[in-house]
Amino acid sequence: MHVLIIPASGGEGEGTGFWATAAPIIPHPIEFFFSLVTFAILYWIVKTKVVPRLEQIYAERAAAIEGGIAKAEKAQAEAKAALDHYNAQLADARGEANKIREDARAQGAQIVADMRAQAQSEAARIVDSAQKQIEAERQQAVVSLRGEVGRLSTDLASRIVGESLHDETRQKGIVERFLADLEAGEITPVTIGKDA
Amino acid sequence: MSILALGMEGGGEGYTPPGVGIFWEPLIGHDATAITRPVFLAVLSVILIAWFLLATTKKRAIVPSKGQMATEGVYGLVRNGIAKDLIGSHEFMRFVPLLFTMFMLILVNNLFGVLPFTNYPTMSRIGFPLALALIIWIIFHVVGMQKHGFFGYWKSLVPAGLPKGMIPAIFILELITDLFTRPVTLGLRLFGNMFAGHILMALFIAGGWYMLQSGGVLIVAGGVTWIFAFVMTLFEMLVEFLQAYVFTLLAALYIAGAVADSH
Repeated sequence: MHVLIIPASGGEGEGTGFWATAAPIIPHPIEFFFSLVTFAILYWIVKTKVVPRLEQIYAERAAAIEGGIAKAEKAQAEAKAALDHYNAQLADARGEANKIREDARAQGAQIVADMRAQAQSEAARIVDSAQKQIEAERQQAVVSLRGEVGRLSTDLASRIVGESLHDETRQKGIVERFLADLEAGEITPVTIGKDA
Repeated sequence: MSILALGMEGGGEGYTPPGVGIFWEPLIGHDATAITRPVFLAVLSVILIAWFLLATTKKRAIVPSKGQMATEGVYGLVRNGIAKDLIGSHEFMRFVPLLFTMFMLILVNNLFGVLPFTNYPTMSRIGFPLALALIIWIIFHVVGMQKHGFFGYWKSLVPAGLPKGMIPAIFILELITDLFTRPVTLGLRLFGNMFAGHILMALFIAGGWYMLQSGGVLIVAGGVTWIFAFVMTLFEMLVEFLQAYVFTLLAALYIAGAVADSH
């Protein structure tokens, strides 16, 4: 494109002479020189100031991110440890509660059994003593009845027969014989037999 | 300004399109020793870049400001996207300042082409890209010879495992590429793109201005031309960025080739 335009440009511009019309691929010495100088100055600034600063930012940012990750990981590990601890504690507490419940149940059963045994023995004792008392009272009643019945019978007989049967030996023999008969069932008076 | 003057130069008699003359703007002195406009722009670019880079990296904040983020973005592009990927994570760090400087310098000087008031792509003067290409050319030879030794470097130009008969031919081809093609294309690519882009925009704007001045139906044509000039400006910005990127990319590629274990 520019090749076509070169001949068309007339030589009129900011100035005339060789450089105004020279082929554009001929480097101007001052421009060439200033290209090197400006590059050198900028390169020096970039190398000594800008790149170190930017690399420092890179490094700091990477460190900050890595530090943040490490911190988060640490926090997570701590949280996990706490959770494990709490879970262990909970399991312990649960186990302990179970144990206490078992103990209480066993203890309750023991108490019930004890009480039952105690009550049974008490009842047995009461029954026993009652039986004994009944037996004693019966014995006493039998003895007293025996004496009473003997006396009454003798009194009655003496009145009926009119003779004194108060002879000790005879009286004893008759009464004893009577009572023996009575027990053998040979004589069955209604009232006395029923009591016997 | 000079472009419009040039477009008007023909007056009513005819139209002279902008040519190579629009690039010649001596400000101090004359001829070969003149301090030209692009020289001032190059100095201005260094001042602006240095100020921006130093200001945005001053605080070194872990959570960056907008300026710092912009600097870090461009730096990351050159550091990781170009240097690290091409040269490898082992040796790239010592070339990062070089590549970052190249990229910033070329990018800002290219963008001067569409920036109001500067309005001149410094790299459209062959002296500037040629010097930068020369720096790259010297550096990739020096690091290559540091790595392989003086004779080892030239030997490393020929790929291993070639049949014996082909070695001389390949060596000559590689030597031409290494000594001549690479630096020349590196410099000319940047220069050509900026030169052509600038002259194209000058043509659209000056031509449009000429047509608007002429009156009649040409006013419509002039308006359309200026719309095209606007579109071309956007396109030019893309080219300016791409050329800075390509220059840095190829510089990194040449350095990578020189420090590679085998070519």
